Amino acid sequence: MEDLAVETEGLVKVYGDTRAVDGIDLRIPRGGVHGFLGPNGAGKTTAIRMLATLIRPDAGSARVLGKDVLREADAVRSLVGLTGQFASVDEDLSGLENLRLIARLYGYRGAAATRRSMELLEAFGLDDAAGKQVKNYSGGMRRRIDIAASIVVSPELLFLDEPTTGLDPRARNEVWDIIRALVAHGTTVMLTTQYLDEADQLADRISVIDAGRIIAEGTSSELKASVGAGSLHVRVMHRDDREAARTILVRELGVEVTPTSDPQALVAGLEDRSGVTRAITALEDARIGLAQFSLGQPTLDEVFLALTGHQAASESETTEEAA
Amino acid sequence: MTTQAAPQPTAAAPQAAAIASALASVERPPRPTALTTSVVFGRRALLKIKHVPEQLFDVTVFPVMMTLIFTYLFGGAIAGGTDAYIAYLAPGILVQSVLFITMYTGATLREDIDKGVFDRFRSLPIWRPSALVGMLLGDAVRYSIAATVTGIVCFLIGWRPDGGMVGVVAGVGLLLVFAFGLTWVWTFLSLILRSQRGVMGASMMILMPLVFGSNIFADPATMPGWLQGWISVNPVAHVVDAVRGLMDGSSVGGEILWVFGWSAGLVAVFGSLTMWRYRDPR
Repeated sequence: MEDLAVETEGLVKVYGDTRAVDGIDLRIPRGGVHGFLGPNGAGKTTAIRMLATLIRPDAGSARVLGKDVLREADAVRSLVGLTGQFASVDEDLSGLENLRLIARLYGYRGAAATRRSMELLEAFGLDDAAGKQVKNYSGGMRRRIDIAASIVVSPELLFLDEPTTGLDPRARNEVWDIIRALVAHGTTVMLTTQYLDEADQLADRISVIDAGRIIAEGTSSELKASVGAGSLHVRVMHRDDREAARTILVRELGVEVTPTSDPQALVAGLEDRSGVTRAITALEDARIGLAQFSLGQPTLDEVFLALTGHQAASESETTEEAA
Repeated sequence: MTTQAAPQPTAAAPQAAAIASALASVERPPRPTALTTSVVFGRRALLKIKHVPEQLFDVTVFPVMMTLIFTYLFGGAIAGGTDAYIAYLAPGILVQSVLFITMYTGATLREDIDKGVFDRFRSLPIWRPSALVGMLLGDAVRYSIAATVTGIVCFLIGWRPDGGMVGVVAGVGLLLVFAFGLTWVWTFLSLILRSQRGVMGASMMILMPLVFGSNIFADPATMPGWLQGWISVNPVAHVVDAVRGLMDGSSVGGEILWVFGWSAGLVAVFGSLTMWRYRDPR
């Protein structure tokens, strides 16, 4: 039998009329980072919470590190760590008190619990803030204390639910470095994210999830390759020219050309690159000024668009929620 | 380019090498017992009191206010004088103070769930009820503070119980037993209702008729028949009878059995319901 970190069959969780997770089959090998990519409300968190034994599946089965999440829940809990979407530490307590609390719950006694907590605080660059209440920590420090709390006893599998949501770029890079250090040590990491570049940067394999179902799986390059040879990005100088440029590109390339949210830009997925030279000549002949004309590997954004027919992590949606 | 505002007073960045060594240097300690983990959670509750002492407001100021208001507002009307009334009221107001405070346990639990910290506790390989039992252990300290404060105020305004110190302590002890049972009702509510406000509202609605529809403030003999009927089945009235009996030094064996029966029943029913919802909360 293959040694898998996570194995699920037909996993389902229903909330009222919503099938939050709607039949997920996973086979995730040990080691490395497995990314769970999808927009808000796609079911990523619900799936992770079932795997971490926090909620019970309504149908299907799941085994984590070979243990059944229902029948051997306690064994699963002793092998995994979890960092939730919201800082899952007690904000009223100090960083040191939080880690000591977790260490004691794992069976460390007085002095040993303090020693282990200090070791982790130093490793995560939090020793200066050890005595401060967590509510006074910055967003990045909160995530760090949260991850530190998840590895008080080294887990074989660590669930990270949107570990960088809401962090500034520097703090995000620090969290990424922590994740890389964990993986280098041999911990398997299962990460959910709605950021495509994060999945691209960290994940060895990615499951794209939408409306409770997995719609694609593979390495980031495989996912990109599945969309086509690459994509053509065109940006016109004047937004009034965009429609004319689109007509020309459709004629010359014979593929669909999609206007993007940028009012001057167009993007086209290419099956092959043969028509590209003709297309640029035709645009010049029509005296359409170009700011950009580039060929590239498709971004995960385009992958998501191609797979689901709608944008990933829709920026507008996120902004609306924040407003 | 914009300049950064004053840099966060953060510490150094995390160090990959140190993290790797922290991960590697671990031998797994033996699994702690159910008692150990419960006590650890109880200490968490006490640490929270240390960091947020304002939360003691409800166990200190509130009982004092209630005692003074009821004694001086109704003492003359009900018993013809405050001295006579405090002898009747004191055991009842003790019960009322502590029972009102039990509600906060449910609200606190809801807050823990909403903030995500309970996800962490529930993901640990420990005896599952220990987080809740620990919370109740911590709350026992709060209940005791409320009882002590109320008792002292009653004493200062003239309460001299015939049962003496022993009777008073026994009465408070019995009251804590019942409070422990009742608290499981609130923990269950906090797992099925989705907001702290909802939990408080529902708890209030349950507690009001139990506390005010009782023999705490006046002799039920003066009340209409339907209300006497309610009081005769109201568990809080039995608690008040038992506590009053203990503090007055009269014999109340039957009432004490009633209280133990009710407490055990509450734990059996609502403790089980709580643990059932705890596996899969909203």
